[in-house]
Amino acid sequence: MSEFRVRTMADMMAAGEQADILFWVGCAGSFDERAQKITKAVAKILHAANLKFAILGSEEACTGDPAKRAGNEFLFQMLAMQNIATLQAYEVKKIVTACPHCFNTLKNEYPELGGNFEVLHHTTLINQLLQSGKISIEGGAFKGQRITYHDSCYLGRANDIYEAPREIIEKLDAALVEMKRSKANGLCCGAGGAQMFKEAENGKKEVNIERADDMLEANPAVVAAACPFCMTMLRDGVKHHNQEQAIEVKDIAELVASAMEL
Amino acid sequence: MIAQILFIALSTVAGYFFIKNLGKIRRNILLGRDIDLSDNKALRWKTMLKVAFGQTKMAARPIPFILHFIVYAGFILINIEVLEILIDGIFGTHRALSFLGGIYDAAIGFFEILAFGVLVACIFFLSRRYILKLARFQSPELKGFANQDAATILFVEIILMAALLKMNAADQILQSRGADHYHLAGSFPISSWLVVPIFEGLNLSDSMLILIEKAAWWFHIIGIFLFMNYLPFSKHFHVILAFPNTYYSNLKAKGELNNMASVTQEVKLMLDPSATAPEGYQAPTSFGVKDVTDLTWKNLMDAYSCTECGRCTSSCPQNQTGKLLSPRKIMMDTRDRLEEVGKNIDANSGTFVADNKTLHSYISEEELWACNTCNACVEACPININPMEIIVEMRRYKVMEESAAPASINSMFSNMENNQAPWQFSPMDRANWTQELNS
Repeated sequence: MSEFRVRTMADMMAAGEQADILFWVGCAGSFDERAQKITKAVAKILHAANLKFAILGSEEACTGDPAKRAGNEFLFQMLAMQNIATLQAYEVKKIVTACPHCFNTLKNEYPELGGNFEVLHHTTLINQLLQSGKISIEGGAFKGQRITYHDSCYLGRANDIYEAPREIIEKLDAALVEMKRSKANGLCCGAGGAQMFKEAENGKKEVNIERADDMLEANPAVVAAACPFCMTMLRDGVKHHNQEQAIEVKDIAELVASAMEL
Repeated sequence: MIAQILFIALSTVAGYFFIKNLGKIRRNILLGRDIDLSDNKALRWKTMLKVAFGQTKMAARPIPFILHFIVYAGFILINIEVLEILIDGIFGTHRALSFLGGIYDAAIGFFEILAFGVLVACIFFLSRRYILKLARFQSPELKGFANQDAATILFVEIILMAALLKMNAADQILQSRGADHYHLAGSFPISSWLVVPIFEGLNLSDSMLILIEKAAWWFHIIGIFLFMNYLPFSKHFHVILAFPNTYYSNLKAKGELNNMASVTQEVKLMLDPSATAPEGYQAPTSFGVKDVTDLTWKNLMDAYSCTECGRCTSSCPQNQTGKLLSPRKIMMDTRDRLEEVGKNIDANSGTFVADNKTLHSYISEEELWACNTCNACVEACPININPMEIIVEMRRYKVMEESAAPASINSMFSNMENNQAPWQFSPMDRANWTQELNS
């Protein structure tokens, strides 16, 4: 694959160019070491699809999702208005993000504050690119492998996106197996609602361990995720059961990038 | 004649108290903040037809779905027979609608089958709750009145249906004997084999059967009047509110939380020093939900609609892992506090007198901070109640009014303020991940 540079909106503007789509990286995708791999996979796929994309780089700020869920509406709206101003300055029309929390906030909560953009989650965009033939999956790296998909709450119940990630897994020629709780009944990984940033309350168990039990029961080779926070929680759950040799947790974008040999 | 007068008096009293208590509930619901849900009428009707009439969300759990559907169909359809009871009671007739002939016979026969179905379903329900002890019926919030309420409802439904079958059994024997006043009417596919043989075995006289028939008739209708007046105090009130509550369902994506308009104006003024507040603008006096009156009327309607089935709690990730949070308890607490506020208003001639309590006296911080905002409870509710919204609104009060968030959440806030990320990373490092690709 040809070398490429990931450009920022500022770079493009300076060169008098306009990006087709903004890749909203998100805080986890920017800073979390594991999530950075997802980010790179998405960037490679966008490049392979010949999409003219750019990032905001240092001009991107948190969408405000964890503040809003934790009840700090001031902080949320301050960040939201700052981001909307940045996005409008670059005349952004279309956004793709690999984080369901960013996706939900940008798509559902920004319009009322003046930010109207077409917002796609990366699983939807990748599925569209596969359908239209802009990218294709070569070989059969995952042929016949048992892959189970963990629904992110903010894609699934929050936004009714259940099929795009599953369609992609089917295109990998993999054997899609469902956990006992999936789609609308899917169990949360335990991260949402700002839980990622605090200790759990007293109880019998951590939520991600409960979810890991579901994963083990489905006996997959790969657990596919579509959210950087689910990624952290699910990996910790697998580690808790000492199953990290047997079960890999991968983002859908990583599976596609690897099948495309990017 | 005395019977007719007594009947009219009874139904008037029953109707009066029922309507009076409905009015109280309506008043309490309207203590909530206003929210405009008058949009999209077509979709709202459709949602109500599907979710309340069609009970589509109940189907997620097939056994209770079937049992509940029988009781629900029984409730709706047997009420048609109550209409006849009312006519008979007022005019002293016997089976006033029997002039409908074949249709009438079929209907009465069908109602009998339904009544029997309701009776059997209620026995199943009782055994699920008290013999099999299903997990979702063992939660701590059900101790006391809630448990007693559930048992009362099921028990009353069983005896009401039994009275109906007894009445029909006595009636048909009297009909077959050609007793005065008991003309041939109706068909009785259940009581004819379930109850008639018992009565015949006892070799009851006409007058004894008439006594049984009358007694069962009165028992049934008085039972219905009492039960109707029990509804406003019971979780069983869902039989009425499920319909408006689904009509006023949230039609937006479940992930969308409302943007507080009061905050928007404040933030605009803060971000742009040159901006001026619109004419007549008043800075908001408080943020988030301190007490039930800060919730919207829809949140309060949710609370009165809840029938405490516990699907929300059994699907809650935090509850399943042994945490204190139970979405059902959030709804029960909201209703209890609202009832308390309503009684306070009644006792103080129409104005609320501070009682040193708020909704936060019922719902603890430990419960509020456990929520994943995963929407599992919202998804699970068969009548589209939203416990999550109440939790987030109460968090808003905790954070914006009391600055009372857990320490780790406070440091997340300050990271977001200072670094535009929930972690302590420099914004300048946001694109560091590109280095490897770009090299």
